[in-house]
Amino acid sequence: MSLMYEMNNKAFDHGVPLSVHMDVTYRCNERCVHCYLDHDDHGEMTTAEIKGIIDQLAEAGTFFLTFSGGEVFLRRDFLELVAHARKLLFNVKVKTNAVMIREREAQELRRLGVEQIQISVYSHRAEVHDAITKLPGSWARTTRAIRFLKDQGLKVTIANVLMNDNFDDYKGAQALAEELGVSYTLDPTVSPKMDGDHSILSLRVPGTALPTVFHDPSLVGDVAEYCAPPSAPGEDVLNGYPCSAGHTSCYITPYADVFPCVQFPLPSGNLRQQKFLDIWRNSTQLEDVRSIRARDLPTCSGCGHVGTCSRCPGLAFMEGDMRGPSTVDCEKSFYRTGVPSANMRRRGLEVPAPHPMQQLVQIAPALVQGL
Amino acid sequence: MRDVYIARSSAIASRVLAGETMVMHVTDSTFFTLNEVATAIWHAADGVTPLAEIVTRNVCPNFEITPQEAFADAEEFVRELATHGILQVSDHPMLAQAVLNQSSGAGAP
Ligand code: SF4
Ligand code: SF4
Repeated sequence: MSLMYEMNNKAFDHGVPLSVHMDVTYRCNERCVHCYLDHDDHGEMTTAEIKGIIDQLAEAGTFFLTFSGGEVFLRRDFLELVAHARKLLFNVKVKTNAVMIREREAQELRRLGVEQIQISVYSHRAEVHDAITKLPGSWARTTRAIRFLKDQGLKVTIANVLMNDNFDDYKGAQALAEELGVSYTLDPTVSPKMDGDHSILSLRVPGTALPTVFHDPSLVGDVAEYCAPPSAPGEDVLNGYPCSAGHTSCYITPYADVFPCVQFPLPSGNLRQQKFLDIWRNSTQLEDVRSIRARDLPTCSGCGHVGTCSRCPGLAFMEGDMRGPSTVDCEKSFYRTGVPSANMRRRGLEVPAPHPMQQLVQIAPALVQGL
Repeated sequence: MRDVYIARSSAIASRVLAGETMVMHVTDSTFFTLNEVATAIWHAADGVTPLAEIVTRNVCPNFEITPQEAFADAEEFVRELATHGILQVSDHPMLAQAVLNQSSGAGAP
């Protein structure tokens, strides 16, 4: 068992929010076709408010702090926020499109001791990337920034989102990452927009295209093991928790709302009205999330995939029920292994059905909702 | 016995979790956990207090251990963390800025 795994278990047992993802703004200089955010500023937190929250997170025991957005560098105080977090000895990770990173910013990130930087790159071809970001010249600026960051010895990961528009380029983007000497991740998940608009789901690659990716050893490692039919879930699986959301991790929006995870938009409290630990320990929503064991999931507990499925309770919540199946993950489990899910059997389907778009929950920042 | 001074590198992330201290070097992501004795030394590693004094003042009274044993353990612990760039070791007191410069490594301005 790795040390990190042990510490995760310890945080789980003690209810410590070990990892927090904080979006410091939803504003962005790109307009990615698949982005789910509303980029207008509805009253994002001030520098002092964010610093105050970072102080509270240090007290709560948070170790990993991920700053993301929107585009973090659109905040003029961004490096000041990183410096504050580093002074409190957080392990800081940054997610950015890197368009605004030049040598000076790269040097600052290095000097401040940022541990990892994740950068969105959608293709090895400038025209494909720029068509997705809708910012002409963004590919050139982003890849140049990656070189600046690498020159500083920083750890960089290219994060690619697999969509219809760039499906043919995922290997090219992987080769680009290799050439730049950085890691590469590929995610086929496209989430509905925060305002409930589900039109962007049409960008998702069809499930029938997923086996190509799932059978690529350069992405999944041992294909036979990765695509093996699931073995029957044991007691440990059924007594297990769905994921870290609300147990050892949570998400904070630029408007100070707390959610269990960036992909689980269940409003659980607002840091302009309550202290972080008060929300973390006492929010009824987080308590509800924490109470769920795999055996409590009406459909999934009877599914052979439950032990190996990537079922995301946040995506299930967006479909209408955090205890329900996540159709996207049912699809992945089926196309990975060829074994139908309990959700498909229940609905009498031989192949996964299109997403139940009508049931998507409407999500908006709490401030907009007038909470 | 010559004096040894220790200071925490600035290129680390650290947090206490249920009595144990997690430490990660941010450049190579080496991850350590420190037990309570090591944690006591770690928190006292200010660059200006001699290691022998840290052991006598922060370790011996709080943990049932003789000064000889404690000092031998402490030296080994310090050596290991120094190998990974997590602690700076010197035979003279270190100023905070000097520690920062030493630990910022390749590519730093
Ligand atoms: S499974 Fe979903 S809700 Fe859980 S941590 Fe992952 S993204 Fe968040
Ligand atoms: S495949 Fe579907 S039904 Fe089965 S565990 Fe995953 S989400 Fe639940």
